[in-house]
Amino acid sequence: MTASRGIPDRLRTPMERNLKSWESLLMLVAIGIFVANSFASPYFLNAWNLSDATFNFTEKAMIAFAMALLIISGEIDLSVAAIIALASTAMGAAAQAGVGTEGLVLIGLSVGLLCGAFNGILVTGLGLPSIVVTIGTMSLFRGISFIILGDQAYRGYPPDFAFFGQGYVWWVISFEFVLFAIIAAIYAVLLHMTNFGRAVYAIGNNATGALFSGIRVGRVKFILFLLTGLMSGVAAICLTSRLGSTRPSIAFGWELEIVTMVVLGGVNILGGSGSILGVVIAAFVMGLVTFGLGLLNVPGIVMSIVIGALLISVIALPRLWSMWRAG
Amino acid sequence: MKRILASREALLLVAIGLLLALIATRFPGFVTPSNLAAVFNDTAPLILLAIGQMIVILTRCIDLSVAANLALTGMVVSLINIAAPGLPIIAIFAVAIGFGALLGMFNGILVWKLAIPPIVVTLGTMTIFRGIIFLLTEGKWVNSHEMSDAFKAVPRTVILGLPVLSWIAIAAVILFSIVMTRTTLGRAFYAAGGNPHAATYAGINVGRTQFWAFTTSGAIAGLTGYLWVSRFAVAYVDVAGGFELTVVAACVIGGVSIMGGIGSVPGALLGALFLGIIANALPVVNISPFWQMAISGAAIIIAVVLNAQANRSPGRIILKRAERAG
Repeated sequence: MTASRGIPDRLRTPMERNLKSWESLLMLVAIGIFVANSFASPYFLNAWNLSDATFNFTEKAMIAFAMALLIISGEIDLSVAAIIALASTAMGAAAQAGVGTEGLVLIGLSVGLLCGAFNGILVTGLGLPSIVVTIGTMSLFRGISFIILGDQAYRGYPPDFAFFGQGYVWWVISFEFVLFAIIAAIYAVLLHMTNFGRAVYAIGNNATGALFSGIRVGRVKFILFLLTGLMSGVAAICLTSRLGSTRPSIAFGWELEIVTMVVLGGVNILGGSGSILGVVIAAFVMGLVTFGLGLLNVPGIVMSIVIGALLISVIALPRLWSMWRAG
Repeated sequence: MKRILASREALLLVAIGLLLALIATRFPGFVTPSNLAAVFNDTAPLILLAIGQMIVILTRCIDLSVAANLALTGMVVSLINIAAPGLPIIAIFAVAIGFGALLGMFNGILVWKLAIPPIVVTLGTMTIFRGIIFLLTEGKWVNSHEMSDAFKAVPRTVILGLPVLSWIAIAAVILFSIVMTRTTLGRAFYAAGGNPHAATYAGINVGRTQFWAFTTSGAIAGLTGYLWVSRFAVAYVDVAGGFELTVVAACVIGGVSIMGGIGSVPGALLGALFLGIIANALPVVNISPFWQMAISGAAIIIAVVLNAQANRSPGRIILKRAERAG
């Protein structure tokens, strides 16, 4: 941030820009991990195994896309995993009361939207810092789940509800993976090809400047909180359907994995820059690392060291490199 | 400025008083001095960590790795205790504080020298520290019978009616009250967070100040790590899991501004006590402990709303709307 950049005597060519971009670096990492995995385990290069591996990241990535927009705009939402818990609890309670699959989906999405709206009102309406607000709502939303469920669990979802998390569209292509791809495309268009997307970047770079150039900063941010809540609702439907049960501790700790995914994808945690393509590749990197290490019988907690080290080193290494070059 | 701060802490003190009075109307046993002392002792680790976290937040950073640091340092001193049961307790204290400080320095150096955002750094080190515990122990627990008696006795030894754990918290409150108000470093923490540019022009190295904030927070977390594992006489990977957010919550309730530069040791103390009293009172008043999470969540939101009302600057009418939006 404080490192002074020299003024170049010519523009970089588009080719050079693409090759040196964060996304290509990340792509190299992803390919490297893929190749290493295929040598490390004979079970890796199997269509069904690879298809299973996608479940490691599809639900988290759905939220990560909305979170990426939120972080680019300079805010953050740490309550996403708690929204999953609350939405899942609401769906569980409704399923007990005999609500059908359509009703459950509707309830999951509405709870997500409502939670997002609650965050959005506190942050944009009252002008509060989002990191504290969402630490608070994180406890609140999951706390409500705990009040309702305690140490119990909801089971007994309707049979056709299982499709969202366990269904396959064609051969090894799961419904969740298709949904992930569609959502990625929607967010890529929204962020990179619409006025709304440009507004998100503008707000992240200079909120006051954006306001004075006629962007309704509060409204854009409110919509972003709504979207994050909605995506948490979608993820809640997929996860609940995949697990077939709801406990208040469902998706515990996901908020930090999702933020890790977004930051790994090259989104500046301080706001203002990032791309959906980066987040997509980061999702694959994290999914492949988790899956590959799992095949080698590496325990989950050791994988989290790898993810943590990956998070710090992908940010630290380029900075060390430029410091070293600057002497 | 001082008056506003004083009144905010007074407000919290009144809130705690009302809370206690409310509990006392139905359960007078809760407010007896001996029970209050027990509640204080139970809250002591949270008080210690909240003071460290407050210093970090003052400099516009955040330390999400405190609970993981606590767990790792606790495990390291437990393993040392197994390997060398005869080691004097004073050496255990030195190792706990030193090792914790070292972990804090690692955070600090990444924030200072590489300018990586603190939330990213400590998010990463949080998982790394917990992972290292697993690598050290392969997931095994260190149980009570493996720890030496002297090792376990320290936090429980009663001096002048209070356990050592409580005295350490009291000592930390006094020490850091003096450090924060009466020393150059203490004022530098406020200056670096209140206005980094002005601090730089005043000759304060903002990055280095943040480094020392992380080191202090780490040292306190390390000390608390030893006290925690010896008090509960068990060390394992998930010790104090998720506690980092409770610590941040205590700070926010205690009036520490997440934007940096505002906060005080008495505030952090009261914020921690508020959460501690709620946690201890729920089983007494027959509310399921499952309510605790939602209640502390609601308390954080109310506290941050109140803080924002108090901190809103009256001037600069032109930019008022922009500031709200930003």
